[in-house]
Amino acid sequence: MPVILATDLIVFLVTGGAIFMAYRSTRGNGAVLREIKQNRLAAVSLVFLCLYLGTALMDSLRWRDVAVDENGAALITEDGGAVYESEALSLLDRALSGLRTGTEKSYSAPFASRLFVKESMELPDGRVTRGYPPLRYPGTHILGTDKVGSDVLYTAIKGIRTGIVIGTGTTLIIIPFAIFFGVIAGFFGGFIDDIIQYVYTTLSSIPGVLLIVAFMLLFGGKGFQGGLVSESDVFLSVFVPNDRLFWLCLILGITSWTDLCRLIRGEAMKLRELEYVNAARAFGVPGSGIIWRHIVPNLMHIVLITVVLQFSGLVLAEAVLSYIGIGVGPEMGSWGNMINTARLELSREPVVWWNLFASFLFMFGLVLPANIFGDAVRDALDPKLRYR
Amino acid sequence: MLSYIIRRLMYAVPIIIGVNVLTALLFFRVNTPDDMARKILGEKFVTPAAVENWKKDHGYDLPAFINTDEHGAGIVTQTIFFQKSAPLLWFDFGRSDRNNIDIGREIRGRMWASLAIGLPTFIFAIIINLFLAMILAYLRGTLLDTWGLFICVIMMSISILFYIIGGQFFLGKALRLLPISGYDTGLHSIKFLILPVIVALIGSTGAGVRFYRTVFLEETGRDYIRTARAKGLGESRVLFKHALKNAMIPVLTNVVVSIPFLFYGSLIMESFFSIPGLGSFTIDAIQAQDFAIVRSMVYLGSILYIIGLILTDISYTLVDPRVVFD
Amino acid sequence: MSSQVLEVKNLKTYFKTGEGLARAVDGVSFKIERSSTFALVGESGCGKSVTALSIIQLLSASGVETHGDIFLNGSEISNLPEAEKRHIRGNRISMIFQEPMTSLNPVFTIGNQITEALTLHQGLNKAEAKNAAISMLSQVKFTDPEAIFNDYPHRLSGGMRQRVMIAMALCCKPDLLIADEPTTALDVTIQKDIMGLMNELKSELGTAVLLITHNLALVYNNADTVGVMYAGRLVELAPARLLFSNPQHPYTIKLMRSIPGAARRGHLLDTIKGAVPAATSYPKGCRFSGRCPREMEGCAATEPALTTKKSTANDYGSKQFVACHLYDLAFMSGAKARPLRAAADGESKALPTKAAAPGSETIVKISNLKTWYPIRKGIFKKIRGYVRAVDGIDLTVRSGQTLALVGESGCGKTSAGKTILQLIKPAGGSVCFRGQEITAMGTRELKQIRAKMQIIFQDPYSSLNPRLMVKDIIEEGIRSLLPGLNKVERQRRVAEVLDLVGLGPKAMSRYPHEFSGGQRQRIGIARALAVRPEFIICDEAVSALDVSVQAQILNLLKIIQDKFGISYLFITHDLGVVEYIADEVAVMYNGKIVERGAVEDIFNRPTHEYTKKLLSAVPALPE
Repeated sequence: MPVILATDLIVFLVTGGAIFMAYRSTRGNGAVLREIKQNRLAAVSLVFLCLYLGTALMDSLRWRDVAVDENGAALITEDGGAVYESEALSLLDRALSGLRTGTEKSYSAPFASRLFVKESMELPDGRVTRGYPPLRYPGTHILGTDKVGSDVLYTAIKGIRTGIVIGTGTTLIIIPFAIFFGVIAGFFGGFIDDIIQYVYTTLSSIPGVLLIVAFMLLFGGKGFQGGLVSESDVFLSVFVPNDRLFWLCLILGITSWTDLCRLIRGEAMKLRELEYVNAARAFGVPGSGIIWRHIVPNLMHIVLITVVLQFSGLVLAEAVLSYIGIGVGPEMGSWGNMINTARLELSREPVVWWNLFASFLFMFGLVLPANIFGDAVRDALDPKLRYR
Repeated sequence: MLSYIIRRLMYAVPIIIGVNVLTALLFFRVNTPDDMARKILGEKFVTPAAVENWKKDHGYDLPAFINTDEHGAGIVTQTIFFQKSAPLLWFDFGRSDRNNIDIGREIRGRMWASLAIGLPTFIFAIIINLFLAMILAYLRGTLLDTWGLFICVIMMSISILFYIIGGQFFLGKALRLLPISGYDTGLHSIKFLILPVIVALIGSTGAGVRFYRTVFLEETGRDYIRTARAKGLGESRVLFKHALKNAMIPVLTNVVVSIPFLFYGSLIMESFFSIPGLGSFTIDAIQAQDFAIVRSMVYLGSILYIIGLILTDISYTLVDPRVVFD
Repeated sequence: MSSQVLEVKNLKTYFKTGEGLARAVDGVSFKIERSSTFALVGESGCGKSVTALSIIQLLSASGVETHGDIFLNGSEISNLPEAEKRHIRGNRISMIFQEPMTSLNPVFTIGNQITEALTLHQGLNKAEAKNAAISMLSQVKFTDPEAIFNDYPHRLSGGMRQRVMIAMALCCKPDLLIADEPTTALDVTIQKDIMGLMNELKSELGTAVLLITHNLALVYNNADTVGVMYAGRLVELAPARLLFSNPQHPYTIKLMRSIPGAARRGHLLDTIKGAVPAATSYPKGCRFSGRCPREMEGCAATEPALTTKKSTANDYGSKQFVACHLYDLAFMSGAKARPLRAAADGESKALPTKAAAPGSETIVKISNLKTWYPIRKGIFKKIRGYVRAVDGIDLTVRSGQTLALVGESGCGKTSAGKTILQLIKPAGGSVCFRGQEITAMGTRELKQIRAKMQIIFQDPYSSLNPRLMVKDIIEEGIRSLLPGLNKVERQRRVAEVLDLVGLGPKAMSRYPHEFSGGQRQRIGIARALAVRPEFIICDEAVSALDVSVQAQILNLLKIIQDKFGISYLFITHDLGVVEYIADEVAVMYNGKIVERGAVEDIFNRPTHEYTKKLLSAVPALPE
C-alpha cells in the first residue's frame, strides 16, 4: 500500500523539473549546458546534486507492507481487507535495511569492533566485569553509531531528503506567488503596484525568524514527523497531507517570497517598456496575453537563478531552525537534529566526534556543489554578472 | 531633508499598522487566548475557571477585534487588538504572559549585551570583507583570485552552527584560550565577547567577500573607470578611489539597513554563547511559548527595519551626489 | 623634431573567445602628423575602436594579445613597463569616448576629475592644478568655469559633459588625442560645436587627433587623412578630399554610395551583399571577397597589400593607398584577373514605378495632439504639473506618401508616434484615420483600426521577443487582429511577408538571436506588414544600423511602399534619411512643430530659425 506525503510530491515535481530542464537545455540555445561543459567544477557539482536528488527520490517512494502474524501469514480485517504495517518504509530504507536494522546498544566509533562506552559484561566464567563489549555488527558502521546505537551513516543519508525538500520545496511554493504578484505589480503599476508593494514591505519588515517561529508554533505542531503513519492522517488511503516538513517549507516560503517578488516586479517594469511589448500592444493584444507571452517567459531566468542560489541558503537555514527546535521533528532524519545532539557529545570525555563529522560531511557535500552549480547557472543566464 | 524624513515616517504608519494586524491575527485569532491560557497553565488539569482567570489577569478577556457590547469608540478600543497594540506605539510593551515581567524594561536592560556583540561584529565584518574583496578585485583574473573566490564559496557552504561548535571546541575547550560561553558586565565582558565575534566574523566572511567583490567588479566594468585608466591612473587608485566610492552605493543598501538591528541580537549566537541579550530573551520566550514577548520582539523588529530603510536613504545622500530629496 | 606624432606598424590585437581567436585588429599601419586629424572609418565590428584602445594600451585584460609597434614621437611605447605606459596615458596620449553620460565618474566633482591628471603627470600642487583646470574649462567654452569646476557631472547636459571630457583629455597638452565616436551619442547641433571645438584646440595646442567614427560626412568635414577599415584591416588610406573625390577600393565606393541623401532620391541605394565576416573566421584571401562587386578569380586566394601601385591612368602618386588586386599591375596582367561577376553594378537602379498615384487621399490627420506626462510630488503624489512632451501638433499623412518627423532627442517625436497609435493616451487633440476619430474609441473598435496602423521600432534587439520563434512573432498580430483567418491561412501569410522582406521560409522556426541586426529589422517589418496596414510609423527604424545595412532597409521600405501604396510616418533625427526618403517633412522642437512642408522647400528654403540651425549643423558630403 503506497503512502504519499505532501513533501513527496515536491520531490517528484523537482525530479520531473530537473529532467525537463535537462531535456530543454540539450535543445534551445543551451547557454547553461555550454557553461557547465566549460566549467568542470560545475559538472562535478551537477553529478553530486543528481546523486543527492536520486537519494531523495528513493527516500520518497514508500509503501506499507502487509502486516503478518508470527507464522508469516498475512493478517486480514474482519471484512476480509488487508491489514498494513503502520510504518511506511521507503525504497531507500529497504535498500539500506542492513544499516537500518543493524543497531548497537550505544556509541561506537567508526569501523570499531567494540562499543565506545563501558558496560557490565558477564564473562564466560560467570564473573561480571566492566569493559567495552564487542559490537553485534563489528566493522560495518563506517561512521560509527550514535547514543541509541543507530548507524550514523544511515541517519546522515536520511537527512538528504529533508535537505533537498527544504531547499527546493520552499522555492517551488513561492515561485507562483512571487511571479503572479511581481508581474502584476510591475506590469500594471499604479494602485495595484502600491498595494502589492505595501504587502511585501510589511511582510519583509517582520523579522523572518520570528515569523517562522510563530507560524511553526501555531501550525506545525502536529503532523507527520517521520516514523509511523497514523491512520487519522491518511487521506484517500494513500495521501498524507499533514506533513510537518511541508509546513516548514510553506512557512519558509511565506517569509521569503518578498525578495523574488521584488526582483520580478523590477524586471517586469523594465520589460513593459520594451519595444516588443509595444509591438504587441499595437496589435491590440490584451494585457493578459502580453504577460503570458512576453513578460513571464523573459523573466524566467531570474526565477531560475534565484532558485538555484536560494537552495543552499535554505538547506543551511533548516539546520539552524532544527537547532532552535522549530525544524522538522526529532524522528525525521535531519542534519540540524544531528548537529543539535552532536553539540553535547563534543563535551563528553573522550569526545564523540563522528555524529558532527557525518552531518558536516553530508551537508557540505550538498551545499558546496549547490553553490558552485548556482554560480555556473547565474553566469550562463545573467551576462551582466559575467566577471571572473 | 526634514520634510523627506517626515514623509518617510508617515509612509511607515500603514506598515506598522499592517504588522500589528498580522501579528494580532496570528496570536489572537489563529491561536486564541484560551489556547494560550491552557498552554501556560498546563494542558491537562486546567479548569475553565482558571482559564478565565488567567485571561482576566493578562488582559485577554475582551473580544479580539470588535466589541459589540460597547458603543462609539469603545467598539474598537475595548478589544484585545487595540488594548495590546496601541500601547506599542509609545513603546509600552506590557507584561509577559508567563512570568509577568515588564517586557519594556527587560528589553532596555538586555539590548546592551546584544549591542556589545553586534557592534564589533558589524564593524570588523565590513572592514575585513571590504578589504579582502578589494584585494580579490585587484587581483581579478589571476590564480589567487580564483582560489580566493573558491575559498569564499567553501566558507559559505558551511553552516554557522559548525563555526560556533568548532570555535568553542578548539579555542575554548582544546586550547583553553577563551571562555566557551558566558557574560559579565563592563570591561570584564571583553574576554567573553572575543570568541563569538571571531566566530561571527568567520561565518560572514565567505558570503560577504564574494558579494563585495561582485559589486567592485561590476563597477570596474563601467565607462568612467575606463576614463580613469585613460587618464593614466594606477590600478590601485582606479580601484580605491573611483570604484570604491561608487561601490559604496550598493554596499550601503546592504549594510545600513542592519545598523538598527545591532541592538536586536542574534538568536543563535546569544543562545550558544549564553549572552543575556535580546536574542536569548527571544529564544527563551519561544521555548516557553510566551507570545507577549514574541509579539513585542516582532513589533520591535519591524520598527528597526523601517528605521533602517530610512537610514539607508539618508546615507545615499552622503555618497551619491545624484540623490537629492525633494 | 619630426612632425610625425604617432606611427603604428603592423598592429595586431587578438582576443581569445569561445569560438576561437578573434582577430579584431589584424595588421594595421598608419602615421599621424602634428596638428592633423587622422580618421579611422568603418562599420561596427571592423576593429576601429580596438585599434584606438590598443594605441592607448587600455586592453590589459587576460585573453588579449597585441603585436606590432607603436611609436610616439619616434620612440617605441608598446614594450614599455606598465608604470611608464601609465605616464603616457592621459599625459602624452589621451582619449575621449562615445558616451559622455557615463564616461565621467558620477560621485566626484568635475574639478576633482580634471585635476587628477594634472597633479599626477605635471606634478602641479592643488592650487596650480585648480588654476590650470579652470583655464582649460574656459578654453572649452564654459562661461562660468569656476562653477563647473565645483559641479557634479549629473548636472550637466551631454554636450557639456563631452566638453568636460575634452578639457580633461587636453589639460596635460598631449601629443595625441584619440576621439572614439565623440559625437555619436549627441545631437547634430551639439556635434557641430564639439567638432569645431576639437579642431580649434587641435591647431591651438598642436595636438594630433585620431578620430574614430562611422560617420563619413563627419570625416569629410573634419579629417585630413582617412583610413577605411574593414574586417580588422585598412583597405584604403588617403587624404580626405582625395578619398571622397576618387574612392578606389570597391568597399569604399560601395560604402559611399549607400549613404542616403538628396542626390540619391528616386533611386535605390547601393547595398553590399552578405554580412561582415566574424573576426574569428575571415576569408582566406581578400577579406572583401565574396561580397565584392568586382571580385576576380584570384581574389579569394591571395590577400592584397596596402600599396600605392596604380594600374590605370589616374595616378595620384604616393598619397592614396589601396589594398585591392584591381590596382595591382602584376595581378591584373595574370590569369586570375577574370571577373567573377558581370560588372553591371556600376549605376544604382531606379525605383520601380509606383502602384498608385500618391498624395491624393488623406490617410491620417492629426490635429492639436497633446501628450502630457504628469509630474507627481508630495506625500499623496498629487499632480503638480506636466511635462508637455507633445504640445499640440498638427500633421497630415497622405496615401502612398512619406512624412518625416524630424527633431533632436527629447523633442517629443517618439511620444508623438506612440500617441498616434494610442499606445499612450493623448492629453488632448484628435487623430483621424480615414476620417474616423480614434482617440475616443474603445478597445474593440480600436482593434479594427490597429490592423491598418502599424509601427516599426528602432532597436533591432529589443523589438523582438527573444523567447518566441520568428513565425510566432509575426503571427501574433494576425491572430489578434484578423481572427477570421485559420491556421493554414495564417501560416501562408507569415511565409508571404517573410518572402517579401527577403527572408526565406527557413527563418520561420528560428529564434531572433540567430539573426543579424539588419535581418531582425526585416523581421520587424514583416511583423508590421503581416496585418496589411495602410499606414506605418517608422520610429527611428534605421538609426541603429550600419550604413550599408541601413541602405538595404531603406530600399526595402521604399519598395514596399511603392508596391502596396503604404504611407509612412518616418520619425528620425537623421536629415540625410529624410532627404532621401521623405516627400514631406515636419520639424519638431520642444513638443511643437516649428515648420512643415515639402522636403525640397524645407531643405532649400528653411524659414524657422531652428530649422536653419539644424540644417547648417549637418556635415555635408560632396555631391
